[in-house]
Amino acid sequence: MRVTVIGAGVAGLACAVELAERGAAVELLERATTLAGAGCSWYAGGMLAPWCELENGGPLVARLGEEALAWWRRRFPGTVLRGTLVIAHGRDAAELRQFGRRTHDFATLGSAALAALEPELAGRFATALHFAAEGHLDPRAALAALLERARALGVSVRFGVAAERRALAGREVLDCSGLAARHVLGDLRGVRGEMLLLKAPEVSLSRPVRVLHPRLPVYVVPREEGVYLVGATMLESDAERRLSARSALELLSAAYALHPAFGEAEILETGSGVRAAFPDNLPRIRRVEGVLCVNGLYRHGFLLAPALARRAAEVLLEGREFPEVMDEDPRQRRLA
Amino acid sequence: MLEVYGTQLRSRLLLGTARYPSPTVLSAAVRAARAEILTVSLRREAGGERAGQGFWSLVRGLGVRVLPNTAGCHSVKEAVTTAHMAREVFGTPWVKLEVIGDADTLQPDVFGLLEAARILCAEGFEVFPYTTEDLVVAERLLDAGCRVLMPWGAPIGSGRGLNNLYGLTALRARFPGVPLIVDAGLGVPSHAAQALELGFDAVLVNTAVAQATDPVAMAGAFALAVEAGHAARLAGPIEARDFAVPSTPVVGQAFRG
Repeated sequence: MRVTVIGAGVAGLACAVELAERGAAVELLERATTLAGAGCSWYAGGMLAPWCELENGGPLVARLGEEALAWWRRRFPGTVLRGTLVIAHGRDAAELRQFGRRTHDFATLGSAALAALEPELAGRFATALHFAAEGHLDPRAALAALLERARALGVSVRFGVAAERRALAGREVLDCSGLAARHVLGDLRGVRGEMLLLKAPEVSLSRPVRVLHPRLPVYVVPREEGVYLVGATMLESDAERRLSARSALELLSAAYALHPAFGEAEILETGSGVRAAFPDNLPRIRRVEGVLCVNGLYRHGFLLAPALARRAAEVLLEGREFPEVMDEDPRQRRLA
Repeated sequence: MLEVYGTQLRSRLLLGTARYPSPTVLSAAVRAARAEILTVSLRREAGGERAGQGFWSLVRGLGVRVLPNTAGCHSVKEAVTTAHMAREVFGTPWVKLEVIGDADTLQPDVFGLLEAARILCAEGFEVFPYTTEDLVVAERLLDAGCRVLMPWGAPIGSGRGLNNLYGLTALRARFPGVPLIVDAGLGVPSHAAQALELGFDAVLVNTAVAQATDPVAMAGAFALAVEAGHAARLAGPIEARDFAVPSTPVVGQAFRG
């Protein structure tokens, strides 16, 4: 089978790889000229945290997300499995209790156990939730690895090509273009996220840390040596603009409160992207006029792309149906 | 029925729209609450530009009245600018006026609030000021042209309920004809019932519903509590007493040895 995949964000790349691995003849078309320009994946945090996502994303995101850990490990050796730490400052202890009530598969650590895992947090946080089975990756390196793998599998990848979204004789079209597909997926909306890349050689954290706060929750994800991503705001807005001063203040204050040495960090980069979401913030595989669309990954691109790519490949190659991501009745989806 | 700025309302439960798991859950919660008024924060969700259209059109699609608010504004100027923007985006003269005085407790800056209320009322806005239970501030806000007051129960998002019962009761007694809507700080439905029992006209809830494990079920629970509290108010609660009063007369009963 011949398949044209539109969009080289994480969803498009994962689909192209998954299809090529199953023997399809795939071409991948991307409007932008580089991976860096191909949508919001470039600015992602790269947390593979299905159980943490139970708190806000619900059971479907967690279930689909569980598939991500092994999928990425097999295809991207840089995938790190050291778990996630969730903490809150003393006066926000209620936030931590609430988070714990809504999630599972974590251990509650006292200050000694926390210090053993992340010595630099010792003494500052009395308790933490450790989601030991979770992981993280560097999204840019992971995207590059998928691109390389796709090419090695014979996928014809073309950047700087505006694809036509219509059914073509003799080939399937798989649209993974995120918000760019809004004109065919009318219920899609944009949710902006913003991030900072900090070089903080004095900080040494080896796993993602989420700091809960009623207004300014933040996460810090370690990258290569001494570099940390700090994210991310969630703004109901599709404005393509740079990081706002307010968001920078909030993100930096939260990072500084987590570890004072972030105050001495060098700001390497600020970035923002607009993520595509459906009204229930859950992903969809939807057929529109002969084109199969994979969209609405919201803020879970790297977590959900593997499960959706598998399912999209099986829809195209085997004619299977996956009601949990294809059923449009929201009541049934809630139970899924 | 409750009347605010000439609009008759059947529902005495107003909902905020922030921090829900998704717009779909928000819309189901609005139905479960049978809410007729939703507050929408312009500032936070606009990202500084008129770019929140996706979310706003979802809110407008719910078929309820939108009460735009100036949440997160720390100065009179910010609040006034946001109110202007809200009027344009939502086509309503209504604005829930918040001028925050303390970034930590989100306590209203009543001085800035009064100044902004004067400006906006003069410009023809119908202002719903988020204030404390302070009687003098309330008096001044009414003088400025506000026809509704929104006193806090407790700091925003704290879930502590009615912190100052004495102050809130005094406020209700002082302004019997003014619609008073308790805004902020409610945590559980019994807090809402209590506000209505004290004679408050309505309550506004956001975090307690949006951040509940099941927001839709919690919205329904708040709707029941508001209804119960209002019915109890109309039914005329008894006065609390310092000693037990037997419900069956003891006169004529045999004494027990």
